[in-house]
Amino acid sequence: MDETIVKTEEQEFLEEEICVAENLVYRRPKTLTDLDLHYCPGCGHGVVHRLLMEVIEEMDIQDKVIGVAPVGCAVFAYNYMNIDMQEAAHGRATAVATGIVRVLPDKLVFTYQGDGDLAAIGTAETLHTCNRGENILIVFINNAVYGMTSGQMAPTTLPGMVTTTSPFGRDVNKMGYPLKMTDLVAQLPGTYYVTRQAVNNAGNVRKTKKAIQKAFQYLQQKKGTCFIEVVSNCPSNWKMTPVESNKFVEEKLIPFYPLGDLKSPKEETK
Amino acid sequence: MGELRLMKGNEALAEAAIRAGCDAYFGYPITPQSEVLEYLSREAEARTGMVVLQAESEIASINMIYGAAGAGKRAMTSSSGPGLSLMQEGISYIAAAELPCLIVNVSRGGPGLGTIQPSQGDYFQAVKGGGHGDYKLIVLAPSSVQEMADFVRLGFDLADKYRNPVLILTDGAIGQMIEKVELFEQLPKGGTYQKPWATTGKTKNRERNIITSLHIDPKEMEKINLRLQAKYREIEEKEVRYETVKLEDAEYVLTAFGLGARICKKVVELGREKGYKIGLIRPITLFPFPKKLFADIAPKIKGILDVELNAGQMVEDVKLSVEGKTRVEFYGRMGGIIPTPEEILEHFEKIFLKGE
Repeated sequence: MDETIVKTEEQEFLEEEICVAENLVYRRPKTLTDLDLHYCPGCGHGVVHRLLMEVIEEMDIQDKVIGVAPVGCAVFAYNYMNIDMQEAAHGRATAVATGIVRVLPDKLVFTYQGDGDLAAIGTAETLHTCNRGENILIVFINNAVYGMTSGQMAPTTLPGMVTTTSPFGRDVNKMGYPLKMTDLVAQLPGTYYVTRQAVNNAGNVRKTKKAIQKAFQYLQQKKGTCFIEVVSNCPSNWKMTPVESNKFVEEKLIPFYPLGDLKSPKEETK
Repeated sequence: MGELRLMKGNEALAEAAIRAGCDAYFGYPITPQSEVLEYLSREAEARTGMVVLQAESEIASINMIYGAAGAGKRAMTSSSGPGLSLMQEGISYIAAAELPCLIVNVSRGGPGLGTIQPSQGDYFQAVKGGGHGDYKLIVLAPSSVQEMADFVRLGFDLADKYRNPVLILTDGAIGQMIEKVELFEQLPKGGTYQKPWATTGKTKNRERNIITSLHIDPKEMEKINLRLQAKYREIEEKEVRYETVKLEDAEYVLTAFGLGARICKKVVELGREKGYKIGLIRPITLFPFPKKLFADIAPKIKGILDVELNAGQMVEDVKLSVEGKTRVEFYGRMGGIIPTPEEILEHFEKIFLKGE
C-alpha cells in the first residue's frame, strides 16, 4: 500500500497557521449535541443553552449533571444538551428536580423553564422548591410572552404590551400585574443565590455565564437553591427583527426587570 | 415465619414500604391515609435512609415520584380520591415515560369532596386510566391488612419488571382496620432490578439517558403506543391474580373486590348455611382483569351478583368478560355506606331465587 498520507480537508484547514489555539474564539462545546437548534433566528434560548453546556464542559461535570426540561419553547432542550435529562409536565420541573436531587443528593440538578412554565402554571412548585432550599439550579428564561403556543400573554408580560391575548395591550386592571418571581424567591430563606441577567449583548452574555458558573459551584457545596432569571427576547412573537428585539430588551424589559444579584452569598460581597 | 404484628392497614402498608426497599416517599396529607406519611416520617429515614418528604400538593408529590423513579429509584406515594384526581396528569406522564413506581389510593366516598368514609367509587379512575391518553396501570386490590403489606412488595416488583406504574386501590376501611399481619423480611434498598435507562449523570461510556413522553412525529408516537399496548397485553397474559371461594359446585357466583369481597365471603357462608350453592370470585388484579375466569365459568352457572361500594363500575368489566353468556346483576351502596352480609344475601334471594 502507498505510504503517502492523504490529508482530509479538515486536517488541512486545521493546519493552516491561523487555526492555532491562541486564536480560537469559539468552538462548539462537546456537551452540545451536533444538531441544528429549532429556535427562531435571534432567540436567546440558543445562547443560554450554549452557556450552560460550556460551563458544564469547563467544570468537567457532565457525569454529575442532570437537567430537567420544561414545557414551552425549550421542551426539546434535551435534544441539544448532551447530558442526562428528564422532560417534566408543564410547570412541574422543580418538583421533578426535587425528586431527582433527593434520591441523588450528590448530583448537580438544574431546571430550565420559561415564564409561563415557572411563573404561571408552576408557581406553587417554584415557590415551595425554593422555600425548601432544594439544592438545585433554576434557570428562568423570561421573555414576557408564551412562545411555543405563539404569542399569548405571559405572567411577565409588561403593562401595555401587546400579545395575542392582550391585543389592546396588557390592561393591568383586567389582567393583573407582571409577576416578578425572582424578587419573590429572593425573599425566601431557602434560596442561596438569586440573580437576574440578560443575553441581549456580549457583555451581558458573559455575566450570565459567570452567574451559571457560580451557581454550579454553590450546588457542589450544597448551599441550597440557586435561581438565575435570564431576561430574554422573542423576535417571532414580538414581531421584531432580532436586532429590534434586543433593543426592546434593553429599553423596555431591563428597566422593568433590572439586572443584577438580588441575593448573593455573604462571602461574595465585598 | 415472619414477624407477627397487630397493625392498622395504613401502617402495615408504610412498614412494608420500608421493608420492600423503597428509596423515596413523597406525599400530602389526606384522610383516610395520613398515617402512611406519619408512620414513614417517624420510622423510615433512621432505618434505611429512605427519603420521606411532605410535598406542597399531590401535584408536586406525583411529579417528585416522576423525578425519583426516572433517577432509577424505588419511589412511592399515597393519597385518597381527591388527591388521586390531582395526580392524574402526572400518572399519565409516568405511564408514558414507563417509570416504575407505586401509587396507593386509600379511597373514600365521592364525588367531589364527598366523605371520608370508605368507598370503591374510584375503580374507573384506577382501571380505565383517569388521565389522558391510552395507558394502563397495574391495579392491585387488597382486602386485608396482610395484603396491604404484601402488595407493596408485589407492586414494586411488578413495577420494576414491566417498567409500569402500579396502583394499589384500597379504601378507608382496609386502611383504618387493625388486624394481625405477618411482615416479610427487610429487602435490599432500591430492589435488585437493573435500570440502565435511569438519569444518573452521563458517563463517558454510555449515551445520554432521556426520560420523556414527548414524540412529536405521529409515526414515532404510534410506534410507542403500539409498544405500550403490547406490554399491556403481556401483563394481561401473565399477571392476572384472583381468589375464588367455593366455586367448584356453585350455581350462583358473587363477585367483588377489596372490602366488598371481604363482606361477600360472609355472604357465601350465610348462603351455604341456607343451602344455596353460591361461590365467590375476588379479582385481586383489577387490571389485568380475570376475564378468562369469568368467560369460562359463565356458561356453567345461573347468574352473577356483582357487589361494590359504588354505583356499579367493575360490573362493566364482568359483563364484557361473560359476553352475555350468563345473567349479571349488581348490588351497590354509595357515599361511604358499607353493606352488611345480610342485606346482600337478601338482595341475592330477591333477584335470583324469588325472581323479583
